[in-house]
Amino acid sequence: MATVTKEQARKFYETMATIRAFEESVKRDFLAGEIPGFVHLYIGEEAIGTGICAALRDDDMIESTHRGHGHCIAKGADVNAMMAEIFGKKDGLCHGKGGSMHIADFKIGMLGANGVVGGGYNLATGAALASKMVLKNDRVSVVFFGDGASNRGTFHEAANVAAAWKLPVIFVNEMNCWASTTPYRTTTAVENISDRAKGYNMPGVVVNGQNVFEVYDAAVEAVARARRGEGPTFIEAKTYRIEGHFVGDPEKYRKKEETMQIFHDTDPLTHFLGILPEGISFEQAELDQIRADAVEKIKKAKEYAVSCEYPDPSEYITDVYVD
Amino acid sequence: MRKITFSEATREAMAEEMEKYPEVFVMGEDIARQGGIFGQFKGLPDEFPGRVIDTPISETFIVGGGVGAALAGARPVVDMHFADFIGVCGDEIINQMAKIRYMFGGQAKIPLVLRAPDGMAGGGAAQHSQSLESFFIHIPGIKVVAPSNPYDAKMVLKAAIECDDPVLYFENKVLYKETGEVPEKEDEVPYVIGKARVEREGTDVTIVSYSIGMKNARAAADLLEKDGIKAEVIDLITLSPWDKETVINSVKKTHRLCLVAESVKQGGALAEVAATVAEEALEYLDAPVLRYGAPFTPIPFAPTLEKMYRVYPEDLVNGIKGVL
Repeated sequence: MATVTKEQARKFYETMATIRAFEESVKRDFLAGEIPGFVHLYIGEEAIGTGICAALRDDDMIESTHRGHGHCIAKGADVNAMMAEIFGKKDGLCHGKGGSMHIADFKIGMLGANGVVGGGYNLATGAALASKMVLKNDRVSVVFFGDGASNRGTFHEAANVAAAWKLPVIFVNEMNCWASTTPYRTTTAVENISDRAKGYNMPGVVVNGQNVFEVYDAAVEAVARARRGEGPTFIEAKTYRIEGHFVGDPEKYRKKEETMQIFHDTDPLTHFLGILPEGISFEQAELDQIRADAVEKIKKAKEYAVSCEYPDPSEYITDVYVD
Repeated sequence: MRKITFSEATREAMAEEMEKYPEVFVMGEDIARQGGIFGQFKGLPDEFPGRVIDTPISETFIVGGGVGAALAGARPVVDMHFADFIGVCGDEIINQMAKIRYMFGGQAKIPLVLRAPDGMAGGGAAQHSQSLESFFIHIPGIKVVAPSNPYDAKMVLKAAIECDDPVLYFENKVLYKETGEVPEKEDEVPYVIGKARVEREGTDVTIVSYSIGMKNARAAADLLEKDGIKAEVIDLITLSPWDKETVINSVKKTHRLCLVAESVKQGGALAEVAATVAEEALEYLDAPVLRYGAPFTPIPFAPTLEKMYRVYPEDLVNGIKGVL
């Protein structure tokens, strides 16, 4: 087990609370018609991005998904610039050209959300190839993907190469049980998606994706292994998609009560006290204060986003090419 | 001046760029041990150990991995084996490579070259003979080049590798074996992506082509000259962004336009040239635009059928004479 200090544990909670507050704010504002496009929320899955990114260095790289706000925050993005992007403003991370589904922050190694499900495997694996075989540095890359994305053929091509060449890439499967409206059991025969890792001669581990310490522990080991040049790891984090596929999804394919029961039983924030490693303790009041601070921080991020201008119309033509 | 083949010219370009930039590497199927299916990578793996990489047969990785490597700071060249296999990695080109810079607000650059050997090489039939360049001029965010001779093959490839934007480099399989004059390195003139070349000046008709289509353009100009007709021949070299100015200036002079390529005529890259001339220089045209390309069928196998798929210089000559 990786040792965690109380300060680290506090930071985990703070990151998860920030993601939760961010997502709740985005949901509210999207439903109020203030945000264009589509948004996909990470509520209930916060422990995964938080635990994984906590094991990474600032110069390590992540490939995110359309459900990527949590990854972005966990990797260290500024929530003001993130929120401005989601509102389509010129001061957003991508100057209003990407939005929620195409958010990136290269300064912190967040190589982008991806609007194409399963589009990130090859990018992350290529980034790992560049680190190990071309630029000869020890940067690690991570690709997040859902159970839906695990059925893309791109997974096979990337996983095979990553294992064959022992590339420093970590495959993080957020097993949230739903591919949009389709439950994974109707499309997938394996019990654990990570069972497939065996086929690539890659370690495959299952962790409780609601337990940030367990996720962090697996990530620390996978990162160390990648940096030692021993190749990729497949981490399957069991979680559940609490929100609809997108905000506004009528969710006619499942029972709301069942989802809320799962959320009640597994919410990584409300169950935090119960999973603390030995020797670490918090008062509930401390945690409540962290959550209140996160809500306040996100409230300011929203105010910032609203106060920013939209890009000048003339900007539509910039950034197509470098030269 | 020394003469080398198109294939050798591309190899020289690779070697010079790999020497110059340690972050340049190349990956693809059968390029290291075999030296490329057309021999275009021969010798490179010995010169640059570890930087010429044989991949599994995984086109989405070859291209997507190249894009990821570029995002991490490398300058990748990826080889498609046959241009036809681009079909396997459509997402990696269309939704990733072409979009990343724009949708992330200019944070990233993708200095990647995708090399795609194309064209009919005799019996390759439907899945090993296509010229697919025209698809990609419809996609903003990538550049498309298709040189027609060894010197351009070298200079365009060097320019593509040095370019900070993704470039699709279409190289014709028949042209690989053709020789041409290529100056020594110190006498080279760098190519600027986006520039066409007036290869032959003339006053009666403008013939525009690229890649192997240039063989038809040159041969037709030779035949026309025997009858006293002076054709101006323009090699587009870059299809996106293409050199509108050079073409329109020529049409203003000759008042006639003839377009020829090996690829399928319908929706071809040169249709864009025809449409632009119609939009911006119609008043200078004294005759309808002539356009030659392959019929709207997959490429057949049998020699008797493949023959029907090709354009011949005489087709251009007859057409041009009909509008003079």
